[in-house]
Amino acid sequence: MDMINLTIDKKPVTVKRGTSLLAAAAQVGIKIPSLCYMKLEDLNIENKPGGCRVCVVEVEGRRNLTPACCTDVAEGMVVSTHSIRAIHARRTVVELILSDHPTDCLKCAKAGNCDLQSMAQHLGIREIHFEGEKSTFREDTSPAIIRELDKCIRCRRCEMMCNEVQSVGALSAINRGFNAVVAPAFEMNLDHSVCTYCGQCVAVCPTGALTEKDNTGAVIRALSDSTKTVIVQTAPAVRAALGEEFGDEPGTLVTGKLAAALRRLGFDYVFDTDFAADLTIMEEGTELLSRLTAFLGGDKDVKLPMLTSCCPAWVKFFEHQFPDLIDIPSTARSPQQMFGAIAKSFFAEKIGVNRKDLVVVSIMPCVAKKYECSREEFSENGNPDVDFALTTRELAQLINLANIDFKSLPDEDFDNPLGESTGASVIFGTTGGVIEAAVRTAYEVFTGKKLQRLDFNELRGMEGIRHATIDFDGLPINIGIAHGLGNARKLLEDIQQGKSHFHAIEIMSCPGGCIGGGGQPYHHGDAEILKKRQMALYREDAGKPIRKSHENPFITKLYEEFLGAPMSDKAHHLLHTEYFDRSKNGN
Amino acid sequence: MPKIKLSQKTIEIVKEICASFENNEGELINVLHETQHKLGYLPAEIQELIAIELNMSVAKVYGVVTFYSFFNMIPQGEFPISVCMGTACYVRGAEQILHEIKRQLNIEVGQSTPDGKFSLNCLRCVGACGLAPVVMVGDKVYGRVAPQQVRKIIAEYQEGCVKPERHEM
Ligand code: SF4
Ligand code: SF4
Ligand code: SF4
Ligand code: FES
Repeated sequence: MDMINLTIDKKPVTVKRGTSLLAAAAQVGIKIPSLCYMKLEDLNIENKPGGCRVCVVEVEGRRNLTPACCTDVAEGMVVSTHSIRAIHARRTVVELILSDHPTDCLKCAKAGNCDLQSMAQHLGIREIHFEGEKSTFREDTSPAIIRELDKCIRCRRCEMMCNEVQSVGALSAINRGFNAVVAPAFEMNLDHSVCTYCGQCVAVCPTGALTEKDNTGAVIRALSDSTKTVIVQTAPAVRAALGEEFGDEPGTLVTGKLAAALRRLGFDYVFDTDFAADLTIMEEGTELLSRLTAFLGGDKDVKLPMLTSCCPAWVKFFEHQFPDLIDIPSTARSPQQMFGAIAKSFFAEKIGVNRKDLVVVSIMPCVAKKYECSREEFSENGNPDVDFALTTRELAQLINLANIDFKSLPDEDFDNPLGESTGASVIFGTTGGVIEAAVRTAYEVFTGKKLQRLDFNELRGMEGIRHATIDFDGLPINIGIAHGLGNARKLLEDIQQGKSHFHAIEIMSCPGGCIGGGGQPYHHGDAEILKKRQMALYREDAGKPIRKSHENPFITKLYEEFLGAPMSDKAHHLLHTEYFDRSKNGN
Repeated sequence: MPKIKLSQKTIEIVKEICASFENNEGELINVLHETQHKLGYLPAEIQELIAIELNMSVAKVYGVVTFYSFFNMIPQGEFPISVCMGTACYVRGAEQILHEIKRQLNIEVGQSTPDGKFSLNCLRCVGACGLAPVVMVGDKVYGRVAPQQVRKIIAEYQEGCVKPERHEM
């Protein structure tokens, strides 16, 4: 290995050739401030436009200051990261950014989580020595994401996410000079573009320029309306991340406290999306088996591989970009929407409440779920199956508003019948989890045998594209997994070109799956946090008494009492959906 | 922005241009250049078509079109006027020249006169700093322009010259 020796702030450093000054300094405990730069280790995600110049350092023998994030080490370099000149330049850069930034930080959605705000604090900026014109961009509101570009600092992280990681291409840097900003083509609103609402731009935006649409007000109003019965469901990935909002270590499971908090917020029933995830496995697993059986029986028209369909951003992605493949994904609705459909039919009937007086709220790691629940096909006479989807962050906001001391809450259970779940449904929150849950059920149903082991380590991990072959008692089943839409695109192109040999493929839009969703507590560029959340979900699964969806007693009962069998007419009507070609007319 | 419908002929012209650059995304600037040369301007529909042909996002195409002041999204006048706003021209009074042109033609930057004769744009440095401030009308360069000369320059074209050859969309 080719090693380079240099000195940073008088400390001798030896690092691999090709290391940046920023990374080299970090290895010896020197944290050079950076703003536009962002790297998600192990996920192959790096933003390095070299634009903000906050990271400038002084290199002996060079006339100009140099940006540490995009300068490689060189033999014998002598670097000073905190010379007067470097500090002065760094502060000037931040002051210049602030001179064209709204100063309403006190009421900004990103307050306390804003990287620009922390940078100003970090550098001790108490005065802005520049005054000039301020940007006046129009605010853009969509069902899921709000863009307030006056707060944009042109770091281009969102552009990198949308183009390089997600390959969606909704955003681009446009204009130049003072008018430069990141926006959709023709500066149209996001809801007219090919945006999938994956929210990965929101997840990485350092400022309040990109935020989720805030639905907390609507939920508070519903909760205080005595004529309404308000019920809540909460997605698997939320329990592995919510604690971070209250100072817990990443990877802390707060399932019990989560249920307790929701009950104290005043929800009439506290349910679990995990229940619906088990239901999804029943429907999706059955669909997979029927396609497989047809295929093995020699049916040439059967569509394989079958693709999962529980991620709404992924659904919108293929509707825009791969309309010729819209009959390949499973027709099963997502767990959020299955829950809503069952809640407003079976459960409403059971408690004798009209669906109009039943409000279904969901707590999601996701901003796309806000869009999903607003899709027309998921409503009956204008009454949506799921009324409001809140992000994990918005739930934390509600908990604070209700004066709940989260850390001192006791562990409580979810209510029945829609709160009972298995280990299989818990791992829905991570990449690889949906397909592992499906395998556990499909194997046993298909072979009629009991699985010897439930942990499918070959399906787990963080690589962007993974594959494994699972032996279904002599029948090899090829499974593909992709997370991040750019990776999904690669698998789809293989299918288009007839190069795919998979029977089933799981796709999640967000890097890491829902644990890295756009509605989760901000990771500020630390990919370790995602891995810890992932481990937490596998821990929760391992500790569950029942770990296979088809063994969930409440699911069995739901089929007996209400749905009949998986893929019955009733199940079709309530739990399946159709997809639309959106390639022609924008959204 | 009102939608326009592209004629079959226009679509073919654009496709041909893209093909002549092997539909290579890396040739976007050349494709845009050539298309504007043939069609006069680059409305949204043309950009969408180019995006499809080069297999790239229309947001990126729009990003490039708005980055270079050379590209226009609205039809140019018969005589497009460009004022250089590079540093040299700027310090030698380009702003006053621009102001005078706006006043005389009663249009803003990026607009055309109602009769379609003139349109007005700003350019970054055209590389003729020795002649600053510089104004271009079509391909003709006017150097060391003073605000008082603006009326005369415009008058040269108001009499009417030969219409430049251009394909209609
Ligand atoms: S939500 Fe996703 S698809 Fe939409 S602009 Fe952001 S990154 Fe792109
Ligand atoms: S919107 Fe946010 S992420 Fe995108 S460039 Fe602006 S500040 Fe950066
Ligand atoms: S992966 Fe999960 S969090 Fe991300 S868009 Fe899909 S459903 Fe939402
Ligand atoms: S962090 Fe290095 S240039 Fe922005």
